[in-house]
Amino acid sequence: MTPATDKRDALQQFAANLKSAPRRLRETAFRTGPPTTDRTRSLFVFGNVVLHLHSVRTHRWSLRWTTTLGLGIMSVSAFLITLVTGVMLMFYYKPYPDVAYESIKDIHFVVPTGRLIRNLHRWSANIMVVAVIVHMARAFYTAAYRHPREFNWLMGIGLLVVTLGLSFTGYLLPWDQLAYWAITIGANIAQSPREVTDALGVTEYFDPGGLLRLLLLGSDQVGAEALIRFYLLHVMLLPMALAALMAVHFWRIRKDGGLARPAGADEELARERREETFPVFTEAPAKTYHLAAVVRGRTANVGRGPENTVPSMPHLFYAELGVLMFTLLVCLALSLVSDAPLKELANPSVPENPAKAPWYFLGLQELVSFSAFMGGIGIPTIVLLGLGLIPYLDRETEGTGRWFGGPGGWPLARLSIVFGLCAPIVIETIAIRFGWLREWFPDIPQLIVTAVNPATILTTVYALYSLWCIRRHQSVRSGAVALFTCFLCGFVVLTVIGTYFRGPNWVFYWSPADWPRH
Amino acid sequence: MTTMGKTPRSRLDPEPVARRDWLGLSSLWAMASALLFGLVGMLKLPKAAVLASPSKGFRVPVPEKLSADEPFIPPGRSVAIFKDGDGVYAISTICTHLGCVVKANPDGFECPCHGSRFAANGEVRKGPAPRPLPWLKVTVNAGVITVDENATVPHGTKVAL
Repeated sequence: MTPATDKRDALQQFAANLKSAPRRLRETAFRTGPPTTDRTRSLFVFGNVVLHLHSVRTHRWSLRWTTTLGLGIMSVSAFLITLVTGVMLMFYYKPYPDVAYESIKDIHFVVPTGRLIRNLHRWSANIMVVAVIVHMARAFYTAAYRHPREFNWLMGIGLLVVTLGLSFTGYLLPWDQLAYWAITIGANIAQSPREVTDALGVTEYFDPGGLLRLLLLGSDQVGAEALIRFYLLHVMLLPMALAALMAVHFWRIRKDGGLARPAGADEELARERREETFPVFTEAPAKTYHLAAVVRGRTANVGRGPENTVPSMPHLFYAELGVLMFTLLVCLALSLVSDAPLKELANPSVPENPAKAPWYFLGLQELVSFSAFMGGIGIPTIVLLGLGLIPYLDRETEGTGRWFGGPGGWPLARLSIVFGLCAPIVIETIAIRFGWLREWFPDIPQLIVTAVNPATILTTVYALYSLWCIRRHQSVRSGAVALFTCFLCGFVVLTVIGTYFRGPNWVFYWSPADWPRH
Repeated sequence: MTTMGKTPRSRLDPEPVARRDWLGLSSLWAMASALLFGLVGMLKLPKAAVLASPSKGFRVPVPEKLSADEPFIPPGRSVAIFKDGDGVYAISTICTHLGCVVKANPDGFECPCHGSRFAANGEVRKGPAPRPLPWLKVTVNAGVITVDENATVPHGTKVAL
């Protein structure tokens, strides 16, 4: 060969390579090709770092919309919307007192699409809180927390706490009156263990409340230090914690053998519709997979074949995308209808009257209006511990994967709803109509008020009711259903009272129209 | 360095913990404790050593009208200053419940956040407040009242003008 032809060949090769570069780029990025066969659909899932959190095939029971109502994916979708809109807001937001308020005003009134992005952020955050709570209720009422999913239930509780933390920290950032006083109250709730240490007279030596407040605010009052800390928590620490917990949460769904389903799911599906199920691999597999060794579950899949499953791509993924689009649509609609509030600039010497926290904390605010420590720390801790213990106390198997499964069933849940709604209404009525211990005995020691107040009495009543249910149905699951239903009902009643029936000075009013004008 | 002092143990009488296991475990624990202590040390950072807050002491000239019924509240401060026959006294207007600023009314104080009520001397009358409103240290010098919001005094401490 002569050097000349060599050179020409190399150039031709170069041109050909250049021409094929886009195709090669696509082939190297998406190595498995289009998901047209069951095999490439499988490869599509486990060849992708995000998608392989899902299993390759999904049981048809999991895809029925009554199984999950799409609530988990709705929570994630709302989180993704807050993530994207939150990053957008960070372009203009400045975390410094007064300047922060101005920057939110700029975002709201000057920045192109700023108002829509801010509304979207606020509405998706609200929807995320609702979706997470309802998702927890779904997992509870279908008894999906049971073995082997106990740990994932704990991860879910962690996600609930972080979600509420994100909402709370985001509340301070606009630095308006609403924000300032909500955070003042929140920070003092963190300090409320002092209610006990003061009553015991040991605050001087042992002051966890003061330390907690100092760590939260970075100062002894809500100021620049507090704002930058809440900002750090809101945009960095809590989102990272949330992302980490979410990854574990999703991964465990797959590792725990998919969504919980009743023992007779397969027979039921077969009765429901006579649809052929396809073999997993329509062509000879290129590799073999030891699924039985990896997936934990009560029933070994060895030798049985994955009946009643369909490829996750497209069945599951399209359903998930549908939920994402639905969530986006709801957020968008709400954002167009209702603007995120912005009150006047924070004024440390004049509180809002009434000073109300975001709606999902108004139940707690109702409780702290009886005792700061019990309402703000004691009872929430008891509730979280109780929720976390549920899968370890309820080790029954009856009714797993069925709505209101287990002894008692729907009638028990119905009775619990009635009881759970009535108990707080009666207790609140007594407290609102007749006052409480402090008014009857002005010199009563604080420890007694801390221990005996409407909040602790409500908790005790709920606990006794659920013990009674355990005895009546001879089942721990029944007690759990009773307690969880009561917890949800109590949350609703207290939130409604806090939102609609509390006016200036936290006095009970039937309607905001009756509030005194001044 | 290896030592060959002892008689080698038999397969049926193994060492309680193999030497390599022990070395491995101890290095693991050393690493874990080093990381743990490092983390604990880092936790000191968020706890501020110096608090970035404005001075808690302030001075105001003795106002013309100072009575036991209607408090004088210096602008921008959460302190109510009174005067009666015995002298001048100052009561903090920060609610002992959750830190809202209480408002003076004819009977005493009321908190807008959770409905605590206090008597005119700061005692709790109603609501969730766990402690009475604290009385603050007051000094009067040449027509100027100095209040130290950090220093509390027993209830009923009054300073003659």
